[in-house]
Amino acid sequence: MTFNSMTAAEVSKKVINKTDLFILDVRNENDFTDWKIEGENFIFRNVPYFNLLDGVEEIIDQIPTNKEILVVCAKEGSSVMVAEMLSEAGLDVSYLKGGMKAWSEHLEPVKIGDLTDGGEIYQFVRLGKGCLSYMVISNGEAAVIDSTRMIDAYIDFADRIGVKIIHVLDTHLHADHISGGRRIAERTNATYWLPPKDATEVTFEYQPLASGKVLTIGHTAIDIHSLYSPGHTIGSTSFVVDGKYLLSGDILFIDSIGRPDLAGLAEDWVGDLRETLYSRYRELSDELIVLPSHFMIIAELNEDGSVAKKLGTLFVENHGLNIEDEAEFRELVTGNLPPQPNAYQEIRETNLGKIEPDVEKQREMEIGPNRCAVR
Amino acid sequence: MNSDKVLDAKGLACPMPIVKTKKAMNDLQTGQVLEIHVTDKGAKADLAAWSKSGGHELVETTVENDILKFWIRKG
Repeated sequence: MTFNSMTAAEVSKKVINKTDLFILDVRNENDFTDWKIEGENFIFRNVPYFNLLDGVEEIIDQIPTNKEILVVCAKEGSSVMVAEMLSEAGLDVSYLKGGMKAWSEHLEPVKIGDLTDGGEIYQFVRLGKGCLSYMVISNGEAAVIDSTRMIDAYIDFADRIGVKIIHVLDTHLHADHISGGRRIAERTNATYWLPPKDATEVTFEYQPLASGKVLTIGHTAIDIHSLYSPGHTIGSTSFVVDGKYLLSGDILFIDSIGRPDLAGLAEDWVGDLRETLYSRYRELSDELIVLPSHFMIIAELNEDGSVAKKLGTLFVENHGLNIEDEAEFRELVTGNLPPQPNAYQEIRETNLGKIEPDVEKQREMEIGPNRCAVR
Repeated sequence: MNSDKVLDAKGLACPMPIVKTKKAMNDLQTGQVLEIHVTDKGAKADLAAWSKSGGHELVETTVENDILKFWIRKG
């Protein structure tokens, strides 16, 4: 039988279309337990490649014959070896091209909706890591928000649809992934905007995003209103785009809320987080569509692969917005926090411009899930 | 640390460091120590897990100028 490669983009389509897939993950047990490809109709088996060096006889019976089979490892090499053995044993299999490294870096652009006078907003879904970034487009101009370090994805996309990136914004100083904001701004001559309270230690030039600041793109005016919304970080800022969309950064997610401990002491910021979620956001229209900067679980994806829900719906359904008792809220966001994202201190320093690791090192720092939320 | 055999697997990508380690181990007697040099960082966790599952003992690990060194006692 043959064996083929499957790209991260093809796997993304299977996640979004909820296709059946059997994944044989041949990384070591710890890496698999920590972080894997998620899909509603994916089934998994984890057998480290180093236990298969003598052959696949022992596992061949455990591999379904009625499903598509994908072999996955960290960087590709071991999955090619195992896929080859399985194919020699008579199975039709694929391996994941570029491994989990490629999976972590793949961005899937999904159109969220139309804006005033022909404008559009796109969400770039990084399925492998649960990061979400945005491009707002109007009359030939674009703004990019919370970009990942895979900056070509945004620049190529803008080129393809014929728009010029003029503003690049980050809702806050990220601790789970390396921002591509500064490099996109450099490449496209755009202005890079950061919340000043998160940027006190940055080593490069930026424009401060004060609360109430309004940025305009396109001559028919798509406004991006900044709204100071601290809690995840002290500077965290949300954006209301075209009066329709609330880009909530890492403050509010679909089925969880931001954690306050990644840039300081949870105890210090828990009050800010509560005020943002229970006062500042309550004053906004229920009709706003919330567009967060992360998702935690694949169930948060809509049918079309997007991650978006009305603010009014989240006030009803999101547990983190429905804790009357302040002490109980405090306990939820400070008491039982999940482990911090991989290398989060180094990631923060990179985003401040204090260190400049090479691409290989950046990849390694970003391995694993984002872990910016509490539920 | 003393070793009975040294395996140079520098510059090799996964899965080769482990493939070669396994082969080299076959030539050793129980209790003898294999020293392995690699540059693939992924090898660290994998060699530890492989040693454990194969009943070998990972005695020591060092990192020097991007070269990882492992000493594994055959079980």
